[in-house]
Amino acid sequence: MAVFIETLLNGLMLGALYALFGMGLSLSLGVMKMINIAHGDLIVLGAYLCSTVMQLAGVGPFASLLAVVPLMFGIGYVLQRALLNRVAGKAALSPLLLTFGLSIVAQNILQEVFTADTRSLQAGDLALQGFTVGGVSVGVLPLLSTVLSVLIFAGTGWLIGHSHLGRQARAVADDPGTARLVGVNDRHFFALVTGFVLAVIALAAVMYGIRTPFTPTAGPERLLFSFEAVVLGGLGNLWGTFIGGLVIGLAQVFGTQLSSGLGPFFGHLLFLVVLLARPQGLFARVQR
Amino acid sequence: MLRTERLNAHYGQFQALFELDFQVKPGETVSLIGANGAGKSTLLRSIVGSVRVRRDGVLLNETAVGGDSERKQLERGIALLPEGRRLFPSLTVRENLQLAARNGRPGPWTVDRLMREFPVMQAFQHRPATALSGGQQQLVALSRALAGNPAYLLCDEISLGLSPIAVNEVYQLLGRARNEGLAVVLVEQNVKRALAESERYYCIQKGRVVLQGASKTANHNQVAQAYFGL
Repeated sequence: MAVFIETLLNGLMLGALYALFGMGLSLSLGVMKMINIAHGDLIVLGAYLCSTVMQLAGVGPFASLLAVVPLMFGIGYVLQRALLNRVAGKAALSPLLLTFGLSIVAQNILQEVFTADTRSLQAGDLALQGFTVGGVSVGVLPLLSTVLSVLIFAGTGWLIGHSHLGRQARAVADDPGTARLVGVNDRHFFALVTGFVLAVIALAAVMYGIRTPFTPTAGPERLLFSFEAVVLGGLGNLWGTFIGGLVIGLAQVFGTQLSSGLGPFFGHLLFLVVLLARPQGLFARVQR
Repeated sequence: MLRTERLNAHYGQFQALFELDFQVKPGETVSLIGANGAGKSTLLRSIVGSVRVRRDGVLLNETAVGGDSERKQLERGIALLPEGRRLFPSLTVRENLQLAARNGRPGPWTVDRLMREFPVMQAFQHRPATALSGGQQQLVALSRALAGNPAYLLCDEISLGLSPIAVNEVYQLLGRARNEGLAVVLVEQNVKRALAESERYYCIQKGRVVLQGASKTANHNQVAQAYFGL
């Protein structure tokens, strides 16, 4: 029983990280109607930036976020303003092609700058700490990452529901042309959204880098997990993405229990099964 | 004064407006009359920046402002109320107004005042905007445009698809805003109504002004001819 609960917790905590991966994808899909194929590579970029800042400044992974989060926000803003805005609002194919190209370029630049060696972010003692509750042991770090994920989702949900930025986001998602008529400057606003997405990616990247060693070519698999979380939850549904991430995480961890090394396979399998049963995702918004 | 001078507008290869001269003075109401596809909506959309035009094609108080974004024109006090209401379904009635108020100019039309003007709207303020009836939605759409406190409001087919009672309510609200100095450009399919509500009119045909004058002395036969292009 203790093993089952432990596995369940591990699955949920891994899932919370996948949910965080998926959130950025969910936001750009919901607000800008575009799928960023380079999403996974940006996660890896975030992890490398953390690693670099840690080396240069001699700080831990969490302290490195003080520099990496604003940096990633800036990269996101410029990326959208200079490049992605050219295809935003066009048919689905243009953004796909552009970001597919961006993904290849990003992987090669990462390879060139950071070499193909595997890296990981060292969290020191924190990575080893844990506690036991009723025979179930819980790691401090995964728990911390889960709490952070929930907080980021709750914060973003509140922003979307109650702030001027959130009202602009919903208006643009509903009807971009009319949103411009009420003064939403979509080029600037899209850039802010992508900046926000990359800031969240930076937070996810640190958790990811502490948990798993990464290489410049690790991006596409991160993209796949993110994408599964978003589609499973239902497009355009923020908390759906959160649940979707949890489901993928659970499937992977329980799958690893069945056959070690086949964890991701069980995640994909469950994704396909759910998609067959509910093509619109688990919590799709009702179409008007 | 807001005016266009030799304004041309294109959709790709297709030219929709040809050297069009048009003007509306502060506080004045002007109606645009013409068949479907004559270029009335294109004229409105060109003025607010939804259709790209030459800079010197649109002049506000003799300053060239053509081709600027919708946001900039809103800040200058030029707003478009689009055809078909176009409320945001994901936003509540109140949020629709709040969004426009925040992005618009300060002035007499606050969200709270608009709510007081319409007890019905106040009662539904926390419902999704699209849960209302067509007439109520048009009132919300007009209120949303007023919340930005424009000096010039360009209205595209505000009575389309509404019941006669709802049309009267919409024009009543518009009348209150006009009494406070708002200049209005009306695109209205009901020619009688358009002439009754306005001081001057323009008949537009295939992207050109073919007839214009004072609404009071408009000759209905001439207007009908200009409308149908006989």
